[in-house]
Amino acid sequence: MSATRTLRALPTLLRVGVAETVAYRAEFLVWILTTTLPLVMLGLWTSVAQDGEFKGYSSAAFVAYYLANLIVRNLTGSWVAWQISEEIRLGAMSMRLLRPLHPYVAFAASHLAAVPFRSVVVLPVAVVLLVSSGASALTTEPLQLALIVPSLVLAWIITFNVMFMIGSLGFYVTKTMALLNLYFGLFSLLSGYLLPIPLLPVQIRWFAEWMPFRYMLSAPIELMTVKLDAAAAAWILVAQSGWAIATLVLALVVWNRGVKRFEAVGG
Amino acid sequence: MIRATELKKHFRVHKRPPGFASAMKSLFRRTYETVKAVDGVSFTIERGERVGFLGPNGAGKTTTLKVLSGLLHPTSGSVEVEGHTPFKRETKLLEAITLVMGQKSQLIWDLPPAETYAMNRAVFDVPKPQFDATLKELTELLDLGPLLDKPTRQLSLGERMKCELAAALLHQPTTLFLDEPTIGLDVAMQVAIRDFVRSYNQRHEATVLLTSHYMDDVVALCPRIIVIDQGVLIHDGDLRALIKTMDPDKRVSFTLTTQVADEDIVKLGTLVAREGQRISIKVAEAEIPAVVGHLLGTLRAADLAIEDPPLEDVLRVMFGKHKAQPA
Repeated sequence: MSATRTLRALPTLLRVGVAETVAYRAEFLVWILTTTLPLVMLGLWTSVAQDGEFKGYSSAAFVAYYLANLIVRNLTGSWVAWQISEEIRLGAMSMRLLRPLHPYVAFAASHLAAVPFRSVVVLPVAVVLLVSSGASALTTEPLQLALIVPSLVLAWIITFNVMFMIGSLGFYVTKTMALLNLYFGLFSLLSGYLLPIPLLPVQIRWFAEWMPFRYMLSAPIELMTVKLDAAAAAWILVAQSGWAIATLVLALVVWNRGVKRFEAVGG
Repeated sequence: MIRATELKKHFRVHKRPPGFASAMKSLFRRTYETVKAVDGVSFTIERGERVGFLGPNGAGKTTTLKVLSGLLHPTSGSVEVEGHTPFKRETKLLEAITLVMGQKSQLIWDLPPAETYAMNRAVFDVPKPQFDATLKELTELLDLGPLLDKPTRQLSLGERMKCELAAALLHQPTTLFLDEPTIGLDVAMQVAIRDFVRSYNQRHEATVLLTSHYMDDVVALCPRIIVIDQGVLIHDGDLRALIKTMDPDKRVSFTLTTQVADEDIVKLGTLVAREGQRISIKVAEAEIPAVVGHLLGTLRAADLAIEDPPLEDVLRVMFGKHKAQPA
């Protein structure tokens, strides 16, 4: 399917995606509220920093970090691996493969359609962030402010690509739940989801620098909450762009090889 | 046009006997076997033909359809559909074909069918006027009006199947792969779907390859049938010729208006069924005029009908013969 044709189809795909998202309102709301681990960590670390800074993090800095964490996680989270894995296992992928639209685009559109609804929950949190921790804990650098949205977009893309790749492994192993658990363990530790990367032991921190996880979550948080020089801020975007391309290539290679093994079970 | 040449599709399947011990054993060592779902099938179907694709359960029908529609990569052999290699899933091919699987749905479960149709219009890039006209036509033919805005999950099986057919045809494909399109439907709905498929085939000169466990579907729709069993093609040709070859005798059914003993009936032909005064006998074609003359004249029989033997019976004989042959 050509790019222009895909662009023509996109508004309808997004509209249908929105309709799907809101089909079960209560379930959707509850599901968004399950992404609350950063709030748990917030409670933990603010109590640690109650009597003074902990490794350079004040209580206010932890508040800013974890609320930014919650925002980024809500806006960039992806569940495509579950969808792909289930569709492969149950054979429902067949119907998707009969449409002249790459499933990457179809799944991406349905995910994008959910973003505005996730924002409905996230935006009030952002306000709380500003009021509670004050502007002092947030960046005021114009360059960093300008880079936050592109960084969020790239974090979304990298996360989606990685999850698309894990889901596509379902063509090889049928059930990917164990892989997802393994992934989530690594992600939680190395992305800054559980605690800021600077608080990790030095060897793990070094490892985290060279893995994509930091760029899926920590990168936009750093742009929001840490004062960076221009080169460091720009480097974050460059690294994110590199990981976005690398993970896209990897996701599509795994998909293209895997789809040849598709057994289209059932029916 | 559809062409399959020496098509093979083999699956490697993990085999494990039931029980705890074998479950534990399979953790460390697994036994696999190769299932030859399709094993060297060749046929050609010209544009506009309606072909029935028959075989017992597990014969390889659905696997063949999945290879033809590009869902499965063949193990070996070649396949061509409308000038394309299906597994490459080129846009032009996907626009030209459709696959309806009675047990799989392309409708978005939580939304009304109208939303799936809108999405298909966008994905298949169907111009709005053409989409509106096709949807109007399908809505009238399949009586979809009241169903379009009901969530799919709230539709009955028959309603869902009609909506499924419409979704599959909105882009006006010219090759239709129909896998059990009437499964689970009542007789009236089956007839409606058959009429619709025939009319679509005639109006669009569409090629139809149909599998169905309802032989009435096949008899009503398909002048030609391809039969496979255990992944191997065992017949390809005219439906009536097949019936004539396998079972040349006719079925003569009639209702007696007077009491006649079975001994007198069996003199006319082999008794197939008797329910009260309604009787069905098997008669050689050459003897039909004499038998019919006797039934109408001497026995004063009513409601007389002469038919080919049911396709089910013919296939049962055919599959039995095929199994009896050494592999």
